[in-house]
Amino acid sequence: MNAATDPRQQPRAPRDEAYNFAYLDEQTKRMIRRGLLKAVAIPGYQVPFGGREMPLPYGWGTGGMQLTAAILGAEDVLKVIDQGADDTTNAVSIRRFFGRTAGVETTERTPEATIIQTRHRIPETPLHEGQIMVYQVPIPEPLRFIEPSETETRTMHALNDYGVMHVKLYEDIATFGHIATAYAYPVTVDERYVMDPSPIPKFDNPKLDMSPALMLFGAGREKRLYAVPPYTRVTSLDFEDHPFEVQKWAHTCAICGSRESFLDELILDDQGTQSFVCSDTDYCAQRVNEGRVAQ
Amino acid sequence: MNAVHRIQDQVVADRTQPLLKVSGLSKLYGPEKGCQDVSFELYPGEVLGIVGESGSGKSTLLSLLSGRCPPDSGVIDYRGKDGHWLDLYSASEAERRTLLRTEWGFVEQNPRDGLRMAVSAGANIGERLMAQGVRNYQQLRAAGLDWLSQVEIDPARIDDLPRTFSGGMQQRLQIARNLVSGPRLVFMDEPTGGLDVSVQARLLDLMRGLVRELDLAVVIVTHDLAVARLLADRLMVMRRSRVVESGLTDQILDDPQHPYSQLLVSSVLQP
Repeated sequence: MNAATDPRQQPRAPRDEAYNFAYLDEQTKRMIRRGLLKAVAIPGYQVPFGGREMPLPYGWGTGGMQLTAAILGAEDVLKVIDQGADDTTNAVSIRRFFGRTAGVETTERTPEATIIQTRHRIPETPLHEGQIMVYQVPIPEPLRFIEPSETETRTMHALNDYGVMHVKLYEDIATFGHIATAYAYPVTVDERYVMDPSPIPKFDNPKLDMSPALMLFGAGREKRLYAVPPYTRVTSLDFEDHPFEVQKWAHTCAICGSRESFLDELILDDQGTQSFVCSDTDYCAQRVNEGRVAQ
Repeated sequence: MNAVHRIQDQVVADRTQPLLKVSGLSKLYGPEKGCQDVSFELYPGEVLGIVGESGSGKSTLLSLLSGRCPPDSGVIDYRGKDGHWLDLYSASEAERRTLLRTEWGFVEQNPRDGLRMAVSAGANIGERLMAQGVRNYQQLRAAGLDWLSQVEIDPARIDDLPRTFSGGMQQRLQIARNLVSGPRLVFMDEPTGGLDVSVQARLLDLMRGLVRELDLAVVIVTHDLAVARLLADRLMVMRRSRVVESGLTDQILDDPQHPYSQLLVSSVLQP
């Protein structure tokens, strides 16, 4: 058991035969796959599914795990990130979970992975065809903030009645002078459905547009899944005179010196000394391997 | 010159044709509960008052008219801006919704039902425009400021939440929110209910001005005959789900024919 816990030392852990492959039973996986097919066929549309109890609490990625379990094959290579990092609690425990129940190979390298389960980030390294991103989604309904009724939001989606989405952006500009929504920034998928891209920072929104990888979104508590197929147009909502913009930093990464990546702010001491580092740990480590260091 | 004549002719033609045709409208929740067999025509720029006691079916009639609740029987035809007649309940829900947020307005009795209380006054006014596809912040802002001053709210309060407004201001904000899209027909359900008398008077004055200025057709439900006399051109008196009398407002209030209308008119307190 303890040998299986460190994926860097031993990529392929022995599978625990007491569990069905990838934990869920075959009927459940079939049901989720049917839902996924529908979601891929109607990009951005939220498909309800019979969510199962998973051996971790809601809010820790139960939706994403069920999707991963449903699509995982014995030959897949799994990468799990939380806030861009491979070594945080959530990422480590989910990676270990699938290592144990499915015996699949795991990795931290973005280009080597076939399935990447993520919370909050899309890797900085460009994705390629054949890869699947699985997102853990807390609130799948982008209209929820303004319309508490599920019946009403479904009707609004059905009738393409999305005027209220701009109310939130209007409020941002009225209050802060710019669109201050920094994460879960609403997008229109394939010029039809408005979708919440889960809590990824808006920095990552442009990576969704025409991505060669398949994007799957799963919300465990709300029991909804949705998808963005490869090469689908994904546009962020905005105003003509306040166009969509991503975050920018005046700093570079303190480890690899990157100017392009999404930076996390670290407070180093009680005097408030700041340091900025890449949120994507694999991207940062690869750059260091290539010999790039901060000036 | 010819062009001017043509436009005038069009305006005259528009005004001589009804905007809304209602025939045999019924919706009953029980014997004499709801409304039955209501027929009338509403012309552009006309204000129709519906009066009657509580439970007489006024509000049921209003929700049938405004497309919120399908009737048991009867037909509502609306003449759109393009001149085509639309049968309200055989149209798709999408068409009804579009109508409700473009050519129609609905002023609720309680402004909390008609406003989004969690967003600012400016966003409330701009919502209909955004729903119609206006994507220019400056334009939305300008419309918000303009309409706040039209309904006599200090434009400096554009970024305040409606919950910080008084009841009368909330009601005026609701009216602004409905009128911003330039509707032709507005439904009002007891718009002055729950306001004190001086605020009522101010609101009525404002509404009368806006209705005349914008040439709105209005269906207004009220139990207050003073409101009806001030605003309505024509009245329908309802009792036990039926329209018992209808006609010009002054005619009904000064010379009521039906015993119930007589009772209603004579029961108004004279200070």
